[in-house]
Amino acid sequence: MDYILSGLIQAFELLFQGNPETYSAVKTTVLASSLSVVASMAIGSPLGFCLGYARFPGARPIRVVVDTLLALPTVVIGLLCYAFMSHRGPLGDLGLLFTIPGMAVGQTILGLPIVVALTANAVENLDHRLKRTLLTLGAEPHQLLLTSLWEARFALALAGAAAYGRIVSEVGISMMIGGNIKWHTRTITTAIAMETGKGQFAIGIALGLILITLALLVNLAMSRLKRLSGQ
Amino acid sequence: MGKRDRKILLEGSVVKKFVFMWVTALVLLVNGPLSASAANSLMMATTTSTDNTGLMDILAPQFKKDTGIELKWTAVGTGKALELGKNCDVDLLLVHAPAAEKKFVADSYGTDRIRVMYNDFVVIGPQNDPAGLKGLSIIEALRKLAARKAAFVSRGDNSGTNKKEISLWKTAGMVVPDKEKWYVQTGQGMISTINVATEKGAYTMTDRGTFIKFADHHGGNPPLVVLVEGDPGLFNQYSVIAVNPVNCKNAQYGLARKFADWITSHDTQNLIGNFKLLNKELFIPNAR
Repeated sequence: MDYILSGLIQAFELLFQGNPETYSAVKTTVLASSLSVVASMAIGSPLGFCLGYARFPGARPIRVVVDTLLALPTVVIGLLCYAFMSHRGPLGDLGLLFTIPGMAVGQTILGLPIVVALTANAVENLDHRLKRTLLTLGAEPHQLLLTSLWEARFALALAGAAAYGRIVSEVGISMMIGGNIKWHTRTITTAIAMETGKGQFAIGIALGLILITLALLVNLAMSRLKRLSGQ
Repeated sequence: MGKRDRKILLEGSVVKKFVFMWVTALVLLVNGPLSASAANSLMMATTTSTDNTGLMDILAPQFKKDTGIELKWTAVGTGKALELGKNCDVDLLLVHAPAAEKKFVADSYGTDRIRVMYNDFVVIGPQNDPAGLKGLSIIEALRKLAARKAAFVSRGDNSGTNKKEISLWKTAGMVVPDKEKWYVQTGQGMISTINVATEKGAYTMTDRGTFIKFADHHGGNPPLVVLVEGDPGLFNQYSVIAVNPVNCKNAQYGLARKFADWITSHDTQNLIGNFKLLNKELFIPNAR
């Protein structure tokens, strides 16, 4: 028991004394996950809108595919991205391997199905009179898109929060694409995996506390958004 | 009608502003702190022992101070490090599997292989030594391990240490264990593997540097102790290899050469020699 307690005490020391190694991992995590959430939202919400709004043949099978992709394992995404981003791979010249943007690309693939699925649901559940009203008012297609998304803004934010929760806690992509490079691509999760393997619990516990706090904040935001969106 | 219309348009422009802000932030992030690394930084793949012991944490800042070049390293087994070199994903290797390294250079994936430092491999195990390996030669020890089916934890990751272990099984004239119940393959780094051995009360083979780090972590009184050592077959040489610019156009050969010159310089060799834990040298410099 001793070492767990001393780990916990050391963890608080690391946090409050501003240990640079700990905060470097936090910074990397926040940077990579923010990039990927923004990208998932930017790409995913219009796609989700189309899927939930338009009626076209094949929409249902696509929904099934998107729902399946919700369970895409992070190590598989890591493997695929690695194969593409290695300098021998087709995207090798972009130099994405072992960089934060590279990790963000992988994490965007992770977050995208979540955003698409939740946006599609939200748009589907919008008041059907909205579309008619907008069309009557002579709205252009892009106005139709933006206004509908605006009406579904809380549900969209919910989608973003859900994607963030998944992205911030993943370890497979960060490890395989980022390479756990100290001061550069070492994230909270890869650092915890490594420090535990090394038998050094203090940094692991300190980072674990930060991760739990992040998850808590995301969940608080989600429950508030759920209330706002009236679900 | 006019009011509702304006409201929609207004909301549209709010969304636009919002999107614009995000995109701007994104562009700033990508062009700012993230791409700053590209210009004067060197990407190295190294073994877990140089990283786990803390040696890289001493070398990288000093290298930056002396040359202004930022050294980034990923700690993987030597097998994977060589793969990264073949794939042109790194500029430089600091590894310890001489046979595989020579082949790597002969296949013209790498160039300028230079010796940097050495230590030796040791077999460690529980203090009460249930299989009775203490004082045996490495070959006798492996035979006895297998005969007694004593629990042994292997890296199992094609790392330098793992390659050495496999070659020793072969030298002992034995089939390399794989699915045997007493033979555990972790697929992880050296310190992690020692920790698995500790938890299982098993034997394992490690480089001495990582073992000293492990002992230091346990305040000089480690749960596993050195039982087999001092065999000439257990010598462990570390070398740097530059990734061949002929094979990889993107490889930063100039910077890699600078690092090789720097790490073999008198001052850096002293720095490595003075890196001690429990008053013991982890790596012994032998570039010149």
